[in-house]
Amino acid sequence: MTTSNPGIPVEPSVEQKRPSGPRKLTKAEIRASEAKTRLTSPWATGIAIIMAILWTIPTFGLLITSIRPQASIQQSGWWTWFTNPEFTLQNYETVLTGSSTAFGTYFVNTLVITIPAVVIPITIALLAAYAFAWIEFRGRDLLFVAVFALQIVPLQVTLIPLLSIYVDVGLAGSFWTVWLSHSIFALPLAIFMFHNFMKDIPRSLVEAARVDGAGHVRIFFRVLLPLLVPAVAAFTVFQFLWVWNDLLVALTFAGGTPNVAPLTVRLAELSGSRGQDWHLLSAGAFVALIVPVLIFLFGQRYFVRGLLAGGVKG
Amino acid sequence: MSDTQTPEKADASASDATAGKHKNPVSYGALAVGFFMILVFAGIVGLVAASFFDAVPEITWPSFLVESDTAVRKLGLMVFVVLLFVGVMALLLFMVDSRKRVPNWTVAIAFVGPALAALLLGLIWPGISTLIQSFYGRSPWYDPERSEFVGMANFSTLFTTPEFQVVLRNTLIWVILVPLVAVGLGLLYAVLIDRTRGEAISKGLIFLPMAISLVGASIIWRFVYEYRAPARPQIGLLNQLLVWLGLEPYQFILNVPWNTTFLIVVMVWIQTGFAMTIISAAIKAIPDDIVEAARLDGVSGLRMFRYVTIPSIRPALLVVWVTITMTTLKVFDIVRTMTGGNFQTSVVANEFYTQSFRQFDFGLGAALAVLLFVIVIPVVVYQVRQLRISEEIR
Repeated sequence: MTTSNPGIPVEPSVEQKRPSGPRKLTKAEIRASEAKTRLTSPWATGIAIIMAILWTIPTFGLLITSIRPQASIQQSGWWTWFTNPEFTLQNYETVLTGSSTAFGTYFVNTLVITIPAVVIPITIALLAAYAFAWIEFRGRDLLFVAVFALQIVPLQVTLIPLLSIYVDVGLAGSFWTVWLSHSIFALPLAIFMFHNFMKDIPRSLVEAARVDGAGHVRIFFRVLLPLLVPAVAAFTVFQFLWVWNDLLVALTFAGGTPNVAPLTVRLAELSGSRGQDWHLLSAGAFVALIVPVLIFLFGQRYFVRGLLAGGVKG
Repeated sequence: MSDTQTPEKADASASDATAGKHKNPVSYGALAVGFFMILVFAGIVGLVAASFFDAVPEITWPSFLVESDTAVRKLGLMVFVVLLFVGVMALLLFMVDSRKRVPNWTVAIAFVGPALAALLLGLIWPGISTLIQSFYGRSPWYDPERSEFVGMANFSTLFTTPEFQVVLRNTLIWVILVPLVAVGLGLLYAVLIDRTRGEAISKGLIFLPMAISLVGASIIWRFVYEYRAPARPQIGLLNQLLVWLGLEPYQFILNVPWNTTFLIVVMVWIQTGFAMTIISAAIKAIPDDIVEAARLDGVSGLRMFRYVTIPSIRPALLVVWVTITMTTLKVFDIVRTMTGGNFQTSVVANEFYTQSFRQFDFGLGAALAVLLFVIVIPVVVYQVRQLRISEEIR
């Protein structure tokens, strides 16, 4: 499975430009004509549009709800907004600064959790992947397979023993527990992905640098790292979304305290304790999802590439 | 491949014992790194052992490291950690990167060591510990006063108690339905929008739920399912639709047995985008000549789909299927946020949380976690084998 352009522009070659006889169509043109025939099928278009609408409406409804006044939300459905438009930011204000919700604080927590939890595993994994790809040492392949195999260990298996270690060393309830846990859980996948990318780099490039007398560290920084930018970007988007959206790890290690707990924990809690306060839940949900959606929109290209490279985490 | 940093060193298999005799002196910095990493490993093993015997000394961390009550402190700590971490790694590398002779094992250990240490501490040891715990009762297995060995009792509880049988049945329904529907819809959509105008946007609409947290998605859908008594105006879209059709509003989340299906819808909503993306890329990767040859033979429409598209993207379909199965197996956030596992909707991953952190029955919790692990293994083995086969064909 590799990414490939839909209509790889085939350069019109010389013989194709010869005027004699009907010109042979390029592949791109064939595909284009095919696309035209596709578009004319009203059924296909109709089904696609219906699906797109179905997939969008739930989010859209909650978005509309989040900007309606509290009283209106309880009295009528969000679809009445189109005939009776109202606009307020009061819900967002309440959710962010209200003493009982304080999403502002949790937003900071999520940010503080996410950034190191992205940087740390990427750094460690890059180094390890380099060693697995380009340093020869005894037992390397076996070790790599073992790391690869760790991908399938479900998080659930590790939570309680890890928690008890954190408690023992006095780190329980601090950011360190969440940082360390996320970093560790990300490693097998990150190493695997980076290793795949590194293996694709031509051997001659590395050998050439080696002949020039470059050591491993210099090869890593000067030769490989610049070529790995897309891979790192892909995994960054990945890990960012994963950590930002995670509930299980945060719930286990950070608990519910406003000092450490992230948005997801607070949101889940709110959904349980004040499940009917849709003015809070709608605005809260959008506070939580705005950053990952932006990251996603800007990094979609890399994200997709990461997915195609087998980057799926469990 | 050269064994050491210095090109002039010819003997690639020189052991560390001969290192001292070599003319070019060994880099002490690199050796220090090697010993440092060995110390780290020893430290981790020691820590695990001490934790095991409940003998970890009380550590008082500087308050700025563990206390984070204001935004400034939090952000400051975050910057500190990132810098500290990058600094330590840079130092390790700097010490390894010497003009002097560097034994190969120190380079290898500097590069791989941190990852291995982390995995040992955070995945391998906890995994083993949980496995052992699954054969013990409620209390931690390493607690000599309270722990009791129960053998397979936890597992037989899981398989014979009616409430857990419901959990297992639900998990089975999730694991079958979510991949089936998500892959089906993803395939349908990918084919429908392939090479149409505005393809990127149509894809983005379906794909976007992937960026939303499962908690967020659960809230979005709880609002769709929101129920009000028949006399009151409905605010949930689905119930309003029912009312418009002249039907009674329905408690989508509460009413057994269909409520599990309505939770599954949320997961399908998220995973379809993933399936669609991978399948779409696979469709685009079908070699043009195959499609062209089929067209020349007069194949088109559904037959093209059945005899050209599907066989060509089989490996992609398989990967998507397996991946979604594994993700679904561990689904926790949706059940927890929407029902808390009540109304007979619990699944294994949610029940693990409930037993471990609500009931504090570590034995049962561990058994549920181990169960998750055991179910995953055959799925992964199957995938690896299939992938190997498809690679051989290629």
